[in-house]
Amino acid sequence: MASATVTEEAPVSPTASKPSGKRGLDRRPGLSRKLPYLLLAPAVLLELLIHIVPMLVGIWMSFVKLTRAFIANWAAAPSAGLNNYRVAVDFDGAVGQGLLKSFGVTIAFSLITLALAWGLGMAAAVALQPPFRGRSVVRTLFLVPYALPAYAGILTWNFMLQRDTGAVNHILVENLGLSTDRPFWLIGGNALVSLITVAVWKLWPFAFLTLMAGLQSIPRDIYEAAAVDGAGTVRQWRNITLPALRPVNLVLVLVLFLWTFSDFNTPYVLFGTAQPPAGDLITFHIYNASFLTWNFGSGAAMSVLLLIFLMIVTGAYLIITGRRSRRA
Amino acid sequence: MRLRSLVAAAAVSALGISLAACGGSDSGDSSGGSSGGGDQTLTYWASNQGTSLDNDKEVLTPVLEKFTAETGVKVKLEVIGWNDLQTRIQTATTSGQGPDVVNIGNTWAASLQATEAFLPFDGAAMDAIGGKDKFVPTALATGGKEGTDPTSVPLYGLAYGLYYNKAMFAAAGLQPPKTWEEMVAAAQKLTDPAKKTWGMALAAGSYTENVHFAFINGAQNGADWFDKDGKPTFTTDGNVQGVLRYLDLMQKDKVANPSNAQYDNGTKSVNDFATKKVAMVINQNNADSSIVANGMKPGEYGVVPFPAPKDAAAPVASHVAGINLSIFKNTKNKDAALKFVKYMTDAPTQTTLGKPFASLPVLKDAKPVFTTDAAEAATFQDIYNTKSKPLPLVPAEDQYESTVGKAMNAMFAKIATGGTVTADEVKAALKTAEDQVAASS
Repeated sequence: MASATVTEEAPVSPTASKPSGKRGLDRRPGLSRKLPYLLLAPAVLLELLIHIVPMLVGIWMSFVKLTRAFIANWAAAPSAGLNNYRVAVDFDGAVGQGLLKSFGVTIAFSLITLALAWGLGMAAAVALQPPFRGRSVVRTLFLVPYALPAYAGILTWNFMLQRDTGAVNHILVENLGLSTDRPFWLIGGNALVSLITVAVWKLWPFAFLTLMAGLQSIPRDIYEAAAVDGAGTVRQWRNITLPALRPVNLVLVLVLFLWTFSDFNTPYVLFGTAQPPAGDLITFHIYNASFLTWNFGSGAAMSVLLLIFLMIVTGAYLIITGRRSRRA
Repeated sequence: MRLRSLVAAAAVSALGISLAACGGSDSGDSSGGSSGGGDQTLTYWASNQGTSLDNDKEVLTPVLEKFTAETGVKVKLEVIGWNDLQTRIQTATTSGQGPDVVNIGNTWAASLQATEAFLPFDGAAMDAIGGKDKFVPTALATGGKEGTDPTSVPLYGLAYGLYYNKAMFAAAGLQPPKTWEEMVAAAQKLTDPAKKTWGMALAAGSYTENVHFAFINGAQNGADWFDKDGKPTFTTDGNVQGVLRYLDLMQKDKVANPSNAQYDNGTKSVNDFATKKVAMVINQNNADSSIVANGMKPGEYGVVPFPAPKDAAAPVASHVAGINLSIFKNTKNKDAALKFVKYMTDAPTQTTLGKPFASLPVLKDAKPVFTTDAAEAATFQDIYNTKSKPLPLVPAEDQYESTVGKAMNAMFAKIATGGTVTADEVKAALKTAEDQVAASS
């Protein structure tokens, strides 16, 4: 859903962000006043059903003792008060400590993945900006990871990253001779590297697609004028491309961050039931904490904490970027 | 302003997705009963026992057709892989929309019993399926918590055994091991990393396999994982030493390929054995079908009980492994379901299914039919009847499996990637697991 919103409306020109004011509608009360709300109603209703209701159920769950003893009759689960939260944030206890470690891993994973996916997307979008023969072929090729079903793609990586039979070690050890010992990729410390690689592979085409769309709205003659004035490629990118793409980047960076932070499929498919501590992303951690132990109240409490954290990050991001754009 | 609201909208929907994805929120109503329209159709979820889901279907279909012919009750079969079965049961329990009859791993019995979603086999229900006296007592004891009416009854019996390659043993002048020390010595003699041959293969990345060996090795030391009140006692010395002894097969004795740390299910280690890359593997008797399917002939391997150390407190060689059969309490076809459970656990059906699924009989006086090798059959029957100890029959059993099993995964990973694990570290890892179990009960 988020992706559709972004791809359709991403290339908004900066002027559109000016407050549009209230004109016309105010003078005519009655139907025309209600019409927008009527038109919005179906969407709001669906939004409630699909997102808000499960969220509220999740919040309710976080305050009850929803263990295996009550899942068959979960309406009767007794209140747990704040106990689920207390356990989750007790960083001296085993559960809280696990959550904190997983949170750290996830932050590192998200920031690195975000930086690499955005960087690759930007580089590719700029490189493919000037027309050349076969450009559309290359563009299509770049979008393949995004078009592949996530499960199939990640599973292929899983095969490639096996220690004895994987293609990666075959190339590194046997073909290139970079190491005499075959490294492990899916257990131990390398697991985070593998996880980031796969996540970036999966995500960067989206950044590429969005930025490419954004680049279409920058008039070519600005670049020509800059070139006449002696601006090099780097200068052009910094002084023309980046500022013109600012509205696109605002959305893109936030969405990429939220997606990577709450990525579940990648660790789930890549590691299966044998996930290493270095690849213990928070959504996967919460899944294990609630599904494997049948303690859904505790899992829901962790989810709510995650939601609050992401809301704070998002809010702060919106305030900071909003203030800057008003100043600009 | 429009940009900000756009960003906000995108953010809200992404946040919503994240919460919906990990909250595990179930908003299904609990009013529904079993699926299947007619009152004479049972839905049956079978676990994967054969060489593939399709193979299971092929084996079971004629058996179920016979049941339909005898009773007029149709059975809708779904075979579910092990990776999905527990989640499916969980969903069925929560939503009330499940099958009538389901296969469960018998180690889950006490945990599932605690959900109260399953029909207790009390006096009348037990009589309806042929009475409790038809079952092997230790097998029936896995059906639920001690002193309660079980919510599951044994269907297929399984036990661990140490499979060894006869030719490799003969070539090295070795006898099948009777003690842990003999097993390690033999394995070391048969290990040659340069030639890529190893004494043993371990499913060291599978938390379910790992926890079984934590349990068995602890039991050999006379240790228990839970006390009488159901409180975890993971960090007792017997358990710590037992876990370390098993880890040492890769760490100190170096008789297993470090790559085994990535083996996330038992099939991978069995395949190494069947393709003669390793001389020994410890697996349950249903390995037979995979071993033969991968090219080894029945006479080429032998089986002895998984040995305990010379000074062991108890000669435990296995847990009482196997598959049980449960009925969902909210079934609308209780009588038909009971008939079906009776049919599945009666002698003729047991004999029919014993061979393709390589299972041990759960009925008194029944003879194993899974192998033509009389010595192997006798060995497994002896292990199952006299050298097996049930896994802890407590509601937190499933948490024990996941926490201890995953701790062992992590320790094997550390060893495989060049680290060392000391007794203190084992103890610390088990303490964390114990705290996790305590925190969520």
